[in-house]
Amino acid sequence: MEKIAVWVEHRQNEIRDITFEMLGKAHQLVGDGGQVIALFLGDPSQKGLLDKITPHAHRTVAYLDSNLKDFEPLRYQAAFADIFEKVDCQLILMGQTAFGMDFAPAVAARWEIPFTTDIVDVEVDGGLIAVRQMYSGKVSAKVSLKEADKMLCTVRAGAFPAEDLPTVSGEVQEITGAVEGDFSARAFVEYLEAAVGDVDITQADVIVSVGRGIKDADNIPVAQELADALGGVVACSRPVADKKWLPKERQVGTSGKTVKPKVYIALGISGAFQHQAGMKNAGTIIAVNKDPKAPIFGIAHYGIVDDLFKVVPALTEKVKELRGWGNSDK
Amino acid sequence: MDIIVCIKRVPETAEADLVIDASKKAIDTDGLVFSINEWDNYAVEAAIQLKESVGGTITVISVGPEENNEVLRRALAMGADEALRLTDPAFEGSDAYAMAKILAAAVKDIPHDLILTGVQADDDGFGAVGVALAQMLGLPYAALVTDIQLDGETLTVHRELEGGLEEVDTLKLPALLTIQTGINEPRYVSIMGIRRVARKEIGVKGAGDLGLSEEAVGAKGSLSRIEELFFPPVGEGAEIIEGTMDEKTEALVKILKERGGIA
Ligand SMILES: Cc1cc2nc3c(=O)[nH]c(=O)nc-3n(C[C@H](O)[C@H](O)[C@H](O)COP(=O)(O)OP(=O)(O)OC[C@H]3O[C@@H](n4cnc5c(N)ncnc54)[C@H](O)[C@@H]3O)c2cc1C
Ligand SMILES: Nc1ncnc2c1ncn2[C@@H]1O[C@H](COP(=O)(O)O)[C@@H](O)[C@H]1O
Repeated sequence: MEKIAVWVEHRQNEIRDITFEMLGKAHQLVGDGGQVIALFLGDPSQKGLLDKITPHAHRTVAYLDSNLKDFEPLRYQAAFADIFEKVDCQLILMGQTAFGMDFAPAVAARWEIPFTTDIVDVEVDGGLIAVRQMYSGKVSAKVSLKEADKMLCTVRAGAFPAEDLPTVSGEVQEITGAVEGDFSARAFVEYLEAAVGDVDITQADVIVSVGRGIKDADNIPVAQELADALGGVVACSRPVADKKWLPKERQVGTSGKTVKPKVYIALGISGAFQHQAGMKNAGTIIAVNKDPKAPIFGIAHYGIVDDLFKVVPALTEKVKELRGWGNSDK
Repeated sequence: MDIIVCIKRVPETAEADLVIDASKKAIDTDGLVFSINEWDNYAVEAAIQLKESVGGTITVISVGPEENNEVLRRALAMGADEALRLTDPAFEGSDAYAMAKILAAAVKDIPHDLILTGVQADDDGFGAVGVALAQMLGLPYAALVTDIQLDGETLTVHRELEGGLEEVDTLKLPALLTIQTGINEPRYVSIMGIRRVARKEIGVKGAGDLGLSEEAVGAKGSLSRIEELFFPPVGEGAEIIEGTMDEKTEALVKILKERGGIA
């Protein structure tokens, strides 16, 4: 594969990590003599962001228009229509992110570009074979794309390292102020920051985190008691926050918080990648799950395959004994 | 307001021991329990809440075999008005693109101001059918929606971005939204409720009825293909602590002490 284009993702004046992860993979795929092309859409005032990109792309195509400041898919598509006439590439990489999920399938459908989503690996050897996961990470699939001039994949955040990017001397091609048309059918209004809660889980050294395996809001105290005994806090996976068993600000993962405690205890959490993204850098990860094949055991340091409702009360009791609060609490 | 909701029937796999079948291209679904895709359940509830506030009709559509009537009936019991099932041997092997084509052909014939899908299906996890469908229909759309406000012909929605950040957008109807979990609290469906709609007719359409050629859908009409399934390598993996409950918790306490887990 000679030419791979990477859609640069940026938000609130920062380039998002996924961009560098994709640039790294693109370099690896094109090898020597190939071309990595960065596609940047943004406002002329955001041009400074390019300094972080151009050293790592053989060519940067910067589409600068005051209407491209924030991500708006209809406008961005119009820019892409133009880009596709000017830029030749065989593969386009976009993030499987809130922006990419809102854009890539439409681009693929509009131009009938063979595509697949949320890939964790890709090989080009003759045809293109992407690896993606199914069934919440329990099964992997090799997927081939129909042969075509252009193909598209969206890439899972964190799948490829962002470090050690090759530095190349790249050219920059600017396209200015050319997106025209009425795109008011979908318009960006503003960003809303997350609400601040009473407990800041990102500051805790010890986190006891509960997933759907906790079964019911009434069982939250089972985890709370352990957290209290350890001097930690209770956090959760998404379904627990969705069901309002715990407030949203306790949610760990891509759409929640990223935490890095000394110890993270995952109770009844399967370990979907969106959850892992928020806790995989914890010092020590301990998982308790009934299912020996739960993906959480792939990143945990220690695991117990058992019913959390048996393990947790027994563990809490032991910790209390150790602290000498055993009897007074019984 | 006329709303269409696309719902999928998927196997529950979180606690199941999965087996890859002989073709190596699918899992063996014998013995698995199926239910409505979690995201789609939130989408059905979102449709009902809109209908309750401004009136209109809700049509639920599912692509799949007769068993998919279960999820359609469940949606009817929740409050949907009509149900349609799309099925044809030619649909076999459809990827997200071909699935969107099938749905696009069906919704063209049904009046709609709004189409809702889930953000993603729990089985294939593409997160792509909704947005591809919107593009094929030429509708404005928004993905990962966590809040919907309707004001005349304008929708104001929240989209979920990363790290708890949200984005506010406006859309003009007709439009398509992909619904994220947690947007509402889906109502409970009782056995009685499902019995009440047991006799309600569910429309069935095949490729021919939808004006789709066999080449346009299924494996032939797809842009991608599963070549092989395999179990992901576990990597280093966790050290599994075995023994009696007492031994297990004793070992855990030791680890906690060593690793700073007792603050
Ligand atoms: C765009 C997007 C963003 C997302 N963001 C996030 C996010 O930020 N954070 C997040 O967590 N998820 C997120 N998700 C959801 C994610 O994909 C998973 O659906 C979710 O993480 C699953 O949560 P869970 O592990 O608690 O539940 P499940 O996957 O249902 O797993 C429950 C686990 O509990 C185990 N279990 C059940 N009973 C017991 C018992 N008695 N004892 C021991 N174990 C038991 C089961 O074996 C199973 O492994 C996101 C999804 C999307 C599409
Ligand atoms: N077989 C199907 N029948 C009806 N709707 C579907 C089907 N497959 C996917 N969808 C819709 O598309 C959404 C996203 O699915 P996917 O792109 O496969 O992850 C789902 O949440 C459904 O709303």
